[in-house]
Amino acid sequence: MKLPLPKRPVVPGLLASFEHIDAATDAIRTLRSGGHRDLTVYTASPNHEVEEAMGHTSSPVRLFTLVGGLTGCAAGFAMTIWMSRDWPVLVGGKPIVSIPPYVVIAFELTILVGALATLFGVAVLSLLKAGRKIAYDPRFTDDRIGVFVAARPNQAVALERMLREAGAVEVTHAAA
Amino acid sequence: MAVIAPNFTITQTHADVTRDVIATLERPNRGYYLALFGAVGLFLIGLVTFVVLLHDGLGHAGYTPPVMWAVYITTFVFWVGIGHAGTLISAILYLFRSPWRTAVYRATEAMTVFAVMTAGLFPIIHIGRQWVFYWLLPYPNQRYLWPNFKSPLMWDVFAISTYLTVSTTFLIFGLIPDVAAVRDKATGWRKFIYGQLSLGWQGTDTQWRHYSRAYLYLAALATPLVLSVHSVVSWDFASSIVPGWHGTIFAPYFVAGAIYSGIGMVLTLLIPLRKALRLEHMITEYHFDNLAKLTLLTGCILFYAYSMEYFVAWYSGNTFEQTTFYLRPFGPDWWAGWAMITCNAFVSQLLWFRKIRTNLTALFVISIFINIGMWFERYVIIASSLANDYMPWAWDHRLNPTWADWGILAGSFGWFGMYFLLFARTFPIVAIQEIKEMIPLPRRRAGGGHHS
Repeated sequence: MKLPLPKRPVVPGLLASFEHIDAATDAIRTLRSGGHRDLTVYTASPNHEVEEAMGHTSSPVRLFTLVGGLTGCAAGFAMTIWMSRDWPVLVGGKPIVSIPPYVVIAFELTILVGALATLFGVAVLSLLKAGRKIAYDPRFTDDRIGVFVAARPNQAVALERMLREAGAVEVTHAAA
Repeated sequence: MAVIAPNFTITQTHADVTRDVIATLERPNRGYYLALFGAVGLFLIGLVTFVVLLHDGLGHAGYTPPVMWAVYITTFVFWVGIGHAGTLISAILYLFRSPWRTAVYRATEAMTVFAVMTAGLFPIIHIGRQWVFYWLLPYPNQRYLWPNFKSPLMWDVFAISTYLTVSTTFLIFGLIPDVAAVRDKATGWRKFIYGQLSLGWQGTDTQWRHYSRAYLYLAALATPLVLSVHSVVSWDFASSIVPGWHGTIFAPYFVAGAIYSGIGMVLTLLIPLRKALRLEHMITEYHFDNLAKLTLLTGCILFYAYSMEYFVAWYSGNTFEQTTFYLRPFGPDWWAGWAMITCNAFVSQLLWFRKIRTNLTALFVISIFINIGMWFERYVIIASSLANDYMPWAWDHRLNPTWADWGILAGSFGWFGMYFLLFARTFPIVAIQEIKEMIPLPRRRAGGGHHS
C-alpha cells in the first residue's frame, strides 16, 4: 500500500551493504578521499565511527532547543505579568505582579517550548534532505550497514569494484 | 558495557535483538487477554461511576467538610508519583550514562505516560463540573478574566500538562527508529501502519546526527521537569497553612516518594511482563537488582523524611502541628498511618539483603507493599491532615470513602492497565536501537574499535 504522494526523483548511484563496521568506515573514507561527497550511510543505531568517517559536526538542533527554551521562558513571564495587570485582582494581599510564583509557570513553559522546538528542529533538519529518493534496503534497520554513493553510470563499474574491495557483501545499482 | 550484567560476554547479535523484540509483538497468549479483559472491566466500573458522578454530582463521593480533598486527590498524587520513576530511568539515568537503563527504559517511559494520563483525569473528576475543566486554561474569554497564577493549583495545571506533553514526546521520539525496524520486518497492512508511524525513518547518518543530539536535549529538559513536577504537586499542600501540610521539606520529600512509588510500580509491571514476553535474557536479575537498589535509596530518603516530619512537628512547639502528627499513628486513622510507615519506611529496608533483591517473587511482593504504602502515604497526608484542621468542632467529621471513591480508584487502575497492555503488544517494549548501540558491530580486523 502506498499513499498518493508526489513522486520524488530517484538519485542514481550505488547502494553497498556491509556486515562489518570497519569495512563500512573504510569504504566511506576511500569514497570521501576520492571526491565522492554525496554519501548516505544507513545504520540501525547511531554510530560514532560512522560519524567520524563522515566528518559530521554537532547537529544544529541545539539552536532550536535554546531558542525554544528562551521563548518559553519569556512567554511565561510575559503571559503571567500581562494577565495579572490586565485585570488586577488583589489576592491574599500579594502584589499584583508577584514574580516568585510566576517563576514556576515560566519554568514549565521553558521546558515545554524547548522540547517542542527540539522536535520541530529535528523535523526541519531531516526534511531538508528528504526531497530525493535514495535507494534503501529494509535490512539496514536490522543488522546491515548501508552506504549509498551518488554516481553517474560511467563511474559505476569502478565504484563497485572499490566497494567490494572494501568489504561490501552486496552492491546494487540505482538508476534514475 | 553492561546490557546483561557486568563481565558478561554478549552473544547476541543485532539480528537477534531485532528478532527477539519483534517476537513480543506476535500473537499474545491467553494470559494477556485475561489481563486485558480484567483491565477493561475495571475501566468500565470507573466509567459507569464517572457517568453517575456527571449526572448526579460529587455528592456520591465521601466528602465531608472539612475533608474536601479526599480519595480523588490522593489517587491523583499517587499516579503522578508513579510516573516519576519512568522519567528518572529514561532521562536522568541517560544523562548519567547508566547503561543498565537501556533494557528497561521503554517499559518505564510508557508507564510514565499512561500514569500521567491517569493522574490528569483526577483533578478534572474532582472539580465537580467536569465539563468546564477548560476554565483552568488561560484563554481569552468574554469577561477577560484570567486565571490566578499565584495559586499553586494553576502551577499544577502547567506542570502536569507540560509533563504529559514532554514525556509523551520523549516516548514517541524514542520509538521512531524502533517502529521503523518493526516496519522493515512486517508485511501487509501492518507494514503500512508501522510505515506511516515511522515517519520515514531510515537510519541515515543525517537522521542519526540530529536525532541523537535531540534525544540528549530532550533528556536534559525532562530531568529538571520531573523534579519540578512533584515539587509543584507538593506545593499544592505546602503553600497552605494546614497543619501537616505546611512543611518546607515537602518538595524533596515528595520527589523521593514519587520515585520510590514509581519504581515499585515498575517492579510490579516488569516482573510478570518479562516472563510473558519471554524477555528473560534481556531484562535480567541484574536489572532488578539495580531497580531494587534505587528503591532502597529512595526508601531510605523517605524514612528520613518521615522521621524529620515528626521531629519538625515536635520541635516547632506548635500544639496544632504536634497534635496532627500525634494523631497520625495514634488517632482514628492509625491504620492508614501505620500502613504508610510499615510499607514504605520498614519494608524497603529488606532490600539491604542481596538475596531479597535478586529473588523476583520477594521483589514482586515488596512492590505490592510499596504501591499500597504510597497510596496510604498520600491518603494520610491529604485526608487525615484536613480532618484535623483549624476548627476543633469539625474534628469528628472524617472521610468516609464511598462506592464512588472506590469505583473511580478501580477505574484508574483499569484505564492505566489497559493502555499499558495494549502498548506492550503494539510497540517494542525493549528499545531495539539502544540495545544495538551497546552491542559492538562485527569487525573484519580483530581488536579494533575505540570504545570496546
